[in-house]
Amino acid sequence: MRYATYTKFELLRTLRNRRFFFLALLFPLVMYYLIAAPQRHNTDLIGTGLSAPLYYMVGMGAFATMSAVISAGVRIAAERQVGWNRQLRLTPLSTRGYFRAKVLTAYLTAGLALLLLYVAGTTLGVRLAAHDWMTMTGYILIGLVPFVALGILLGHLLTADSISPAVGGATALFAIMGGAWFPVGSGTFGDIAKFLPSYWLVQASHVALGGGGWPARGWITVGVWAVVLAALAGRAYQRDTRRV
Amino acid sequence: MSQATDTGTLTAGGVRLTGLAKSFRGPEGPVHAVRGIDVSIAAGETVALLGPNGAGKSTTIDMMLGLLEPDHGQVTVFGRTPANAVKDGAVGAMLQTGAVLRDLSVRELVTMMASLYPRPLDVDEVLHLTGISDIANRRTQKLSGGQTQRVRFAVALVSNPELLVLDEPTVAMDVEGRHAFWTTMRDFAARGRTVLFATHYLEEADANADRVVVMAHGHVVADGPPTEIKAMVSIRTIRATLPEAAVSDLATLPGVSDADRRGAAITLHCSDSDAAIRALLDRYPAASDIEITGAGLEEAFLQLTGVEDEEAR
Repeated sequence: MRYATYTKFELLRTLRNRRFFFLALLFPLVMYYLIAAPQRHNTDLIGTGLSAPLYYMVGMGAFATMSAVISAGVRIAAERQVGWNRQLRLTPLSTRGYFRAKVLTAYLTAGLALLLLYVAGTTLGVRLAAHDWMTMTGYILIGLVPFVALGILLGHLLTADSISPAVGGATALFAIMGGAWFPVGSGTFGDIAKFLPSYWLVQASHVALGGGGWPARGWITVGVWAVVLAALAGRAYQRDTRRV
Repeated sequence: MSQATDTGTLTAGGVRLTGLAKSFRGPEGPVHAVRGIDVSIAAGETVALLGPNGAGKSTTIDMMLGLLEPDHGQVTVFGRTPANAVKDGAVGAMLQTGAVLRDLSVRELVTMMASLYPRPLDVDEVLHLTGISDIANRRTQKLSGGQTQRVRFAVALVSNPELLVLDEPTVAMDVEGRHAFWTTMRDFAARGRTVLFATHYLEEADANADRVVVMAHGHVVADGPPTEIKAMVSIRTIRATLPEAAVSDLATLPGVSDADRRGAAITLHCSDSDAAIRALLDRYPAASDIEITGAGLEEAFLQLTGVEDEEAR
């Protein structure tokens, strides 16, 4: 790959970042054990038909991977603040190459966060067929697309100082409303949740029931969020370069 | 250092700024940062862009690098648009502001940036040249201001550019650091590379450039070899209280190029202040409150080029 070295260092920077380490790797793991371990023998969590360790593995996985990919925005805002984006524009690195490195880094770090939770899940007795692990992971990776775009959008919209609370708040809100912390049930909250991409991220755990993945509604919801946020992110990037 | 690249085809045409102008919206109406300048730099030349703060140097550099779109005029870098020259890896720059990317070591950062260019220099060689080998393993967020500047210089150099642009590069450096910096810069220029640097120190321009382009209030007010520019700015001003002398007589004194009066106070602009002060005291012993000052760069050039004050606003 043309920008392999560049992407490698981008990844290294991210893994060294303390905020990333705590929020995307350590915190979800600790929370997972705190919430799921006491109910490890619960095989049907509040009528979801899923065991508590499986449900929370994917719920915390959704939270961790959302944190990981949105934090790409924190790095973008930091680069803008120190004028590094100007320095990069004086290199042959193309806009496409820049974003490819950002997105790839986002996904690799999300993959790492997810892997840690899968391992934690198996220690609490989660057992799935190889095929189901793969399918579930596939849904999660697709469900993350809107959040990658959201990270890039916020990174170009906000300053380095204001982005941390914004990203933290957005992630927490999407996670809670989407059912990452507890099942949303079928009331008003459940109805609202179905409009959120994070809900469908958490629903990836349903592959364990053998009922396949998302219904059409899930694809449409994730698709619309992805398209709208990606378009806004593209516009924010363009406006940003013009102003500099 | 590594072998020189084939400069003939890569750098044909040098760098040309034609009729370049740029204004910004300010709180009190438009600010004309650059007011239509023409500068042509031959390949292999080292040119200093000299001027006081607010002269339009950084705006000019931003347009030259394609970071800023000019309102009028155009820029060509080796016969290409700035964007294409950048895409070909022909341009390296050290911009005025900015820290460096954190969470990497100095060597990692320079390696990361080197990987983006088609013909980079060896990373260790560049670390050595810029005097940062000893801090190569330090994290970039733990550097001092002067060290950060050197790292930024290393990032600009490692691209092995045909055109190296440095915007007030020595700002945060100590004396020793400055000396080492200019030595490295001159060695690089000696490979036949084109270098443009902005500075507001005449001494830096004099010591390190083949040619000095002086900017004031968005205009190019002088352009020539350093010796010529130095002679132009050695202008001094004599102020004194002297009620009875006629301005027309004062202006004819030896060493005086211009004279004016405000009440009892006279001001003499001198090309040779030593001769002027002797003649003044000789002919007008009554002159009192005498003060001789070296004109600032800006004042000196505005004086010489007759740029009107209203326009300068």
